[in-house]
Amino acid sequence: MSVLVRNHVKVSGRPDGKPLVFAHGFGCDQNMWRLVAPAFEDAYKVVLFDYVGAGRSDLSAYSPERYSSLHGYAQDVLDICHELDLTEVSFVGHSVSSLIGVLAANAEPDRFADLVLVGPSPRYIDDDGYVGGFSAQDIEELLESLDSNYLGWSSQMAPVIMGNPERPELGEELANSFCRTDPDIAQRFARVTFLSDNRADLDKCRTRALVLQCANDVIAPEAVGRYVHAALPGSELVLMRATGHCPNLSAPEETIAAIKAFL
Amino acid sequence: MDLTSGFEELFEDAPCGFLVTDADGAIRRANRTFLAMTGHRAEDLAGRARVQDLLPVGDRIFYETHFAPLLALQSSAREIAVDFRRAAGDRLPVLLNAVMKGDPGGPREIWICVFAATDRRSYERELLLARQRAEHSEKEARELAGILQASFIPPSLPRVDGLDLAGVYRPAGLGDEVGGDFYDMYETRDGWALVIGDVSGKGAEAAVVTSLARYTLRAAPAREPTPSAILASLHHAVVRERTDRFVTVAYAQVSLAPDGGCLLTLSLGGHPQPVHLTGAGASQVGRPGTLLGMLRRLRLSDVTVEVRPGESVVFFTDGVIEGRRDSELFGEDRMERVLLEARDESAATIADRLLQEVSAYQSGVLSDDVAIVVLKVPAAPVGPDQRDR
Repeated sequence: MSVLVRNHVKVSGRPDGKPLVFAHGFGCDQNMWRLVAPAFEDAYKVVLFDYVGAGRSDLSAYSPERYSSLHGYAQDVLDICHELDLTEVSFVGHSVSSLIGVLAANAEPDRFADLVLVGPSPRYIDDDGYVGGFSAQDIEELLESLDSNYLGWSSQMAPVIMGNPERPELGEELANSFCRTDPDIAQRFARVTFLSDNRADLDKCRTRALVLQCANDVIAPEAVGRYVHAALPGSELVLMRATGHCPNLSAPEETIAAIKAFL
Repeated sequence: MDLTSGFEELFEDAPCGFLVTDADGAIRRANRTFLAMTGHRAEDLAGRARVQDLLPVGDRIFYETHFAPLLALQSSAREIAVDFRRAAGDRLPVLLNAVMKGDPGGPREIWICVFAATDRRSYERELLLARQRAEHSEKEARELAGILQASFIPPSLPRVDGLDLAGVYRPAGLGDEVGGDFYDMYETRDGWALVIGDVSGKGAEAAVVTSLARYTLRAAPAREPTPSAILASLHHAVVRERTDRFVTVAYAQVSLAPDGGCLLTLSLGGHPQPVHLTGAGASQVGRPGTLLGMLRRLRLSDVTVEVRPGESVVFFTDGVIEGRRDSELFGEDRMERVLLEARDESAATIADRLLQEVSAYQSGVLSDDVAIVVLKVPAAPVGPDQRDR
């Protein structure tokens, strides 16, 4: 199966433009960039995709081994870059994708020109002298929360959720479809996301980086954004007026402006 | 009726909690029902708290990673299951429906309906646990079936000088039930015995009969002179068991001939005839006999088959020829074609090739268990020193 189908890759904008890859975080899919990506289509080759296991990716390509660490997800990014033969890549990663971008750039530093890290956190769980914002218990609670919210998923729904744009009558059933996937995969992705510790990978990163930090972000608090900024040599930090964890949805203009100013 | 005060009352005392918040979750207004449900005071909420602040941490992450994006992407979210932290410190399981009001770019607010769902959520949790238990049991059953099944088939066939032997087995479907197929090869007074059989049905009861068949067949050659007499003793053992299962068996007494070939004395109890592959083609060998353990009158016979160097005999269970695609069977003709194409290969390749064809014919999911045993006399005699290379 082609990587482009596997990861539901969508390429738009200028075919000869510098590549700008947008990567979604844990929870939803490439729709997270719906309000931001179009603003770059006049100048860039814009690449959107879903990680395997999310959105309209090919769920059968999911392997618990490969995706047992963020490196597996970073490989998805690299696979797409290889398939589209992208170089001088500017990578915009939301949430956990920030760190996935760092891993991808560390693996192939020559391929990446810039990293935009939106709400990054190299480690969510508090550690000796490090405040990530969460305890291990909190993450267990999240997994329970996922369980109760994925009740509606069933194998019959799977093919529907996997993409039937030609059947709009299914829309009513798909109330929460943007953020839906196989519950088992969602659980595993949650574990990998929230139990990872990628602090050491920040030190290895030599790619130019921008840290976009929201106010009142419960998932990646300001202290964590500052930690990432300090750990990434030569990075820029922008404290946004936007609140919450998803400025790409809640404050697209501010997000676009910050990314443009950096690029 | 005064509409304005009527709607005000409807908002405040509706049979569900209402929250009106800013786009970022900051609470503007909570209705009386919500306050009563949660024990919070209006003055502690409006302008002071965000919805997220009232959630335990796990749900807060869920809110940020799922609920808020959904509202932004499609302006609504339904049946979101979270807990609210009550003023008393305990938790109230609820379901949330929400809509985002206002246009993107302009001022927006979120309207949230809050339904207490204590009983429903605890029931769901029970269901979830029950499902997890069921999945666990299913996994255990599959493992048990696998272990039991493995005991019906030797881990590997013995090495017999002058013979190339191979056996393969594949369970039906997902392999979560014990099937009745078995095969075995062991030394007897007069040489070697090769058996392949199939007990009707599946599951524990069939497994008991399969086990009975295997040890009866192993013990019988000490007392019974011929393959047909051995099958007859199995027949009586199954009848004594008072089971409604029956058994089909192909039993071959294998004697190595001094010139390099071998002689099979073959008896069939209701089992499909094995296929003899020679340079001239494929032919069925053995005389069909009665099922074992079912009929009152037994009709069994012994037939001798000479297998010369380069030739093979392929034993199989009915799962091969009765493999189904829609209403069509894999059938003997198709099997013969596959075997003739593979006849110059090793015993293992012949067995694998047939299994693959049967499996591919059924898109990889077998409708019945399949066991195949191939006995081949190599064209050039294979000595022990050559075999391990």
